[in-house]
Amino acid sequence: MSNYLAAKGLRSWLTTLDHKRIGLMYLFSIFVFFLLGGIFALILRLHLFGWGKDLLSADMYNQFFTFHGAIMIFLVIIPGIPGALGNFILPIMLGAKDVAFPRLNLASYYIFMVGAIFAASALFLRGADGGWTFYTPYSIRTNTTVLLVLTGALIAGFSSILTALNFIISIHKLRAPGMTWDRLPLFLWALYATSIIQILATPVLAITLVLLIAERVLQIGIFDPKLGGDPILFQHFFWFYSHPAVYIMILPAMGVISEVIPVFSRKPIFGYKAIAYSSFGIALIAFIVWGHHMVVSGQSELANFLFSLLTMFVAVPTGIKVFSWVGTMYRGSIHLYAPMLYALGFLELFTIGGLTGIFLATLAIDVHMTDTYFVVAHFHYVMVGGTIMGLLAGVHYWFPKMTGRLYSERDAAISFWSILIGFNVTFFPQFILGAQGMPRRYWHYLPEYTMLNRVSTVGSWFIGFGFLYLMIYMWKAVRYGKASGSNPWSALTLEWQTSSPPPTENFEIDPVVTDWPYAYAPDNVHMAVNK
Amino acid sequence: MGIIKQAFMLPLQGTAVAGRWDSLFLFMLWLAAIMFVLVVGSMLAFVWKYRHKASDRTTYITGSHVLEAIWIIVPTVMLLGIFVWGYSVYRGMTQAPRDAVEIRVLGKQWVWSFQYDNGRTSIGEIYVPVHRPTKLIMTSEDVLHSFFIPNFRVKQDVVPGMYSSVWFKPTVIGTHQVFCAEYCGTSHSGMLAKIHVLSEADWEDWNEGKSPKAFGDSLVEQGRKLHETKGCVTCHTADGTAKLGPSHKGLFGSKVELEDGTFVIADENYIRGKIENPRGSTKRGFTQMMPTFQGLVTETEMNALIAYVKSLAH
Repeated sequence: MSNYLAAKGLRSWLTTLDHKRIGLMYLFSIFVFFLLGGIFALILRLHLFGWGKDLLSADMYNQFFTFHGAIMIFLVIIPGIPGALGNFILPIMLGAKDVAFPRLNLASYYIFMVGAIFAASALFLRGADGGWTFYTPYSIRTNTTVLLVLTGALIAGFSSILTALNFIISIHKLRAPGMTWDRLPLFLWALYATSIIQILATPVLAITLVLLIAERVLQIGIFDPKLGGDPILFQHFFWFYSHPAVYIMILPAMGVISEVIPVFSRKPIFGYKAIAYSSFGIALIAFIVWGHHMVVSGQSELANFLFSLLTMFVAVPTGIKVFSWVGTMYRGSIHLYAPMLYALGFLELFTIGGLTGIFLATLAIDVHMTDTYFVVAHFHYVMVGGTIMGLLAGVHYWFPKMTGRLYSERDAAISFWSILIGFNVTFFPQFILGAQGMPRRYWHYLPEYTMLNRVSTVGSWFIGFGFLYLMIYMWKAVRYGKASGSNPWSALTLEWQTSSPPPTENFEIDPVVTDWPYAYAPDNVHMAVNK
Repeated sequence: MGIIKQAFMLPLQGTAVAGRWDSLFLFMLWLAAIMFVLVVGSMLAFVWKYRHKASDRTTYITGSHVLEAIWIIVPTVMLLGIFVWGYSVYRGMTQAPRDAVEIRVLGKQWVWSFQYDNGRTSIGEIYVPVHRPTKLIMTSEDVLHSFFIPNFRVKQDVVPGMYSSVWFKPTVIGTHQVFCAEYCGTSHSGMLAKIHVLSEADWEDWNEGKSPKAFGDSLVEQGRKLHETKGCVTCHTADGTAKLGPSHKGLFGSKVELEDGTFVIADENYIRGKIENPRGSTKRGFTQMMPTFQGLVTETEMNALIAYVKSLAH
């Protein structure tokens, strides 16, 4: 039987209903957006090196950070793991032939692309500024083409909702015989929790953007005080979506890490139930902490009291996960292949991101730190250190399944270390800059901040090199990589029980589940793959 | 303590609250460093100790309720402690003393301007007395801004259409940096100001000048004149007798009962709201007939009018 990659030609891709091909189309598109967003970031950092002459004009700088943020958030980090890895892996992991609604799945990809094109078209018109948060009344008054970017985000939001719907129904209805809820792999628990947030929160983003568009086009006073509106109302609306969205970004990455660590430690996951339920704990709290972004916005002191208190509780389920992952490694037999390296990198960076989150949750500390580089460093540690590290762990982990080939572990290690070290050099100094008071979104900064900004810029070159190198060895692996065999990591989840690459309908014989996906026996310490 | 403190090179402590802020921050930094070493250190130790060997046998462990209970309860208690500490320092930042010197701040793209009780104004430089609480009453003429003084560890967004406030009690005479911390367009990073903390004698000099008349009318006097020229006096007296509208005597800071039986405190935002958008906040016992003055009163005039109404509080 031929595998899912057998059909050739562009048409066979663009009209495919196969979740695996759709997953790869997402992966490819998201990677292109990531490159675009990354180039903006490198240029911004280059400007901030502080050469005697400005690399960018103030307006260009303001547009570049807006594009960097909007592209990375809406077109990379939010759709990344669910769209690419979720689509590819979820049905096979369930033992199903496809997602519940394959046509809807393809529609969701095209909706995403239409949204992306809308947003990107602003690049060629009058641009957009104001940052990815688009606070009013600035976003109503700026003469850049902010509306296009907002419309793009609105459209891409529908794609999120449809994908989430597909995932929830697939998990409920398409599990292989024997896959009870307590045998569901943790990646799927994480995608399930993510999907719930996407369905409940994304409509609020849509409402907000429609109101904003209505205000700009029809001049109805909603957020602009000149028209009788309330600018702080926008922030409530915006964060009511965008805070839960933070967990839309991080939960799937946590799911990947929960898969990778047991496989490469050859040991059962520690605290399966605690990890699964804590995803829902995080999803629930996610909805009632949005105001912690608004401590100095002018909202009441009582609101600040409650939001700060509630935010503290996010750290508890998050801590449960981190401790459980480390616990999983205890008395294991640890193989340091690329997916595990990225999982360890995730743990290092996410721990820093999480701990600095507690600083920002603390009211007094936040007053000084909010809107400074401390916040910039914090969310890069969480978003890049968490989501992108999780995405890279997943891409390396499932690469043999997707392509049937192996990449060079040596090259992967070079790229990993370059990204990890570069990341810390880039972003750790920004915590200090923030503590010293350097505000974010600053085209020019005071001379006392020069040294740390230069260090940060140098770090960004290592990140850039790491990703460039990654592109090269991945491309080489796709073309010339050694055959991987069906299960190089000797993992127990269902996607590894079929050939690599899998046949179009995933399994030759419908699988039946008889055991827990993490039941690594004490003597099961070897992997099929050899370095 | 010293090493971490130096590594972070926190800004100068320009207020008492800055000292409290730094203690909390450094405590949290140590706690975070310990947690980091605990998590990442055990991770690295496990990677080394349990690295794969051909003869390995793993131990089949699926969890431990005791450990789970510990790592739920201990962090929860620590987090609540941090919350309480953080809130108590925060209270110190928000509760302005009643006798604070009041200065009005206006943000507009991309400059800060200031209005003082004595009628003086300044642009890009603000003057405050040392060792006395100062309260800034702030609004914006266009988009959001944020008034941020790193040395004082305070920051507050400045919002068009309403007043927000921030207070501090400077302890260090000299000049400190002010940033705009909320994105506001092209020259956001150029929207800087200096805050000059003056000694008692210098403040006296600056405030009173050589002759008090040198700066023209005081803010209250400007407000009293506007009260007449804008026609407020037609309906509102200053002596406590009600005409078509309630008298302004004793109004500021009082509890006002509205038509629907709810109460509001007559603060800056209430007065501003009455002037710009009088509907819906009429005092019980009066008929709503006040016209809107939106667009007819500038931000600086608004500050003078409010200062005048405030002067009639007692």
